[in-house]
Amino acid sequence: MRSTPELDARTGLDKLAGYPFQILTWVDDAGYPISVAVDARIHPTELSARFATPAGLTVPTDREVSLTGSHIRPQPGYGYDERRHVTVWGPATNAGGQLTFTGRTAWGWDESEVAFFEYSERSVAKSRKYFDALSAERGTPVKPKLSFGFLTLRTTRLPFLTATIIPVLLGILIAASHGFFDLGAALLTIIGASFVQLGLNVANDVFDTMSGADDANVTPTQFSGGSRVIQYGLVSFRQMATLSTIFYVLAGLIGLVLLATHGSTALLVIGVVGFIVSLGYTAPPLKFVYRGLGEVAVALGFGPLMLLGAYVVQTGGALAWEPFVASIPVALLVALILYVNEIPDRRSDARAGKRTLPVRFSPRTIITGYNVAVAAAMVVLVTGVVAGVLPVPVLVMLATIPLALRVSRGLAPNYDNPYALMAIMGVNVQLHLRAGLLLIAAYIVVLVVGAVAPAVSLFLR
Amino acid sequence: MATVPGPVAALLEAALVGELTVIDADGRPVTYPLIPLWDGERIYLTSSTLFSRKLEHIRGNPKVSVSITDPVAVGGSPDRATIQGDARVIEDDPHGGWERLLPMWEKKEPSIVYFLKARVALPLFFERALIEVTPRRVLYWSGGDTDVAPVVATVGQEAA
Repeated sequence: MRSTPELDARTGLDKLAGYPFQILTWVDDAGYPISVAVDARIHPTELSARFATPAGLTVPTDREVSLTGSHIRPQPGYGYDERRHVTVWGPATNAGGQLTFTGRTAWGWDESEVAFFEYSERSVAKSRKYFDALSAERGTPVKPKLSFGFLTLRTTRLPFLTATIIPVLLGILIAASHGFFDLGAALLTIIGASFVQLGLNVANDVFDTMSGADDANVTPTQFSGGSRVIQYGLVSFRQMATLSTIFYVLAGLIGLVLLATHGSTALLVIGVVGFIVSLGYTAPPLKFVYRGLGEVAVALGFGPLMLLGAYVVQTGGALAWEPFVASIPVALLVALILYVNEIPDRRSDARAGKRTLPVRFSPRTIITGYNVAVAAAMVVLVTGVVAGVLPVPVLVMLATIPLALRVSRGLAPNYDNPYALMAIMGVNVQLHLRAGLLLIAAYIVVLVVGAVAPAVSLFLR
Repeated sequence: MATVPGPVAALLEAALVGELTVIDADGRPVTYPLIPLWDGERIYLTSSTLFSRKLEHIRGNPKVSVSITDPVAVGGSPDRATIQGDARVIEDDPHGGWERLLPMWEKKEPSIVYFLKARVALPLFFERALIEVTPRRVLYWSGGDTDVAPVVATVGQEAA
């Protein structure tokens, strides 16, 4: 994949005509390049440009020369922006002090057409080739580097652990409000569940690399397109596969400890289903996300399974409607993170056979789907309170509706611009995070009220 | 010590962007806009490994030129110059070797330090090689008018 697709000469000359002056460049008889600013009259339809011979210099007519346009806009205190450049190559003829240049090939970059991040992504193969050549030259592997902290952050996508911590904490708090609390088990649950997600995050990169989805993606963002540590040569495919296995093994060991110490049939079922959903998210043969079932898997995994799993560890297997109902808004909002994050990836996903919902449906349907899912999350919450299943303080989650509206309104205008959509994806992540934190706060209130005023009921029943 | 005429040094110090021209395997000039960093003796430029084709060209043919042509990029000075020289790619440590030039780079592009702090977001951009250009010959257009013959100086000698 070329970082900057070659332009045809006509397009190059068209672009060149937009620059206030052109830079004529040739290789002189001593073998050095030489550049001179000229004021060319450009005729793209004739594939030509005409200009006066620069004074005191001899422009060769026996070899290709080039005309370049280059532009920046200085931004004091920042640097510059509005970067663009174009070069057209071709022969020049000299007649009476006037040079006529004929364009043959061209290339260039305009950041208003190809964003810098995409330009960089399109050039990743060039970087890998560079390091391969350097390694061959030195006889030892030379790889790009990141500090251990940054590499860990990037490889595991650590900040997304909030998707696990929120439902697990909620499950623990709801159990506590029901009179069950074991600190050791709570900590083990959080750690074990986190390992499951870390295993999933890394496995996702492994299988998306195998399918070609991550390689085909030239518009990744901080929320989409995977960690890209394999594509960048920061971590090998084998290392990632090993890391994912380690995370799953650690999660499995903690699961076994919890089963041995706080085991129940419910926990066993949740654990087994959770493992299948987690690994089957991208791994064959299930590959949920490739079948448009990624949202269902994520909703199930980071909603009811995490929340009920944490709950039954504390209760020793006793189930209740409250944690299940409380898990539904969390499940819907976390699934919507994936749902929105798939929008910028939809073209590369389609090429890799990853039939996600944004691949399958029109933007209009996807945006409607977003609105329906957010509304459903809020309706379930309110219905849960009205039905007396959820405590009244959880209604504080409704305070996140403005965030949902910001996402909803931001989707349509930014649907085709991954980098503009990044801000919307960020707000969407915040929607899940803040909704979860507000639910956690609500249950802390429930616990406090239960401790200081046990006679006061926070349920409408 | 090799050096360039004072007005050309001033252009190099002021230029936010100049044009590095290298020669490809077919003998064609290939021009890249880059930030020229002048240490009083040599011109330094840095290239991300993402955009490393120019480095291949330099290894194949070290003869290059750096031109300063855009008055907007030099704070309004109309003067123009082309410096021909011999380039050397320095890539002992692509991860951090280039950072010795960061103070000079930051003067021209202050935002680079913020991007560097967020290196995790675009790690390959900060895997970089240095291009060191030793000037050999300078063409200088006072006032930028290329209808007038340039003042030509061989580096280390007075302008001819």
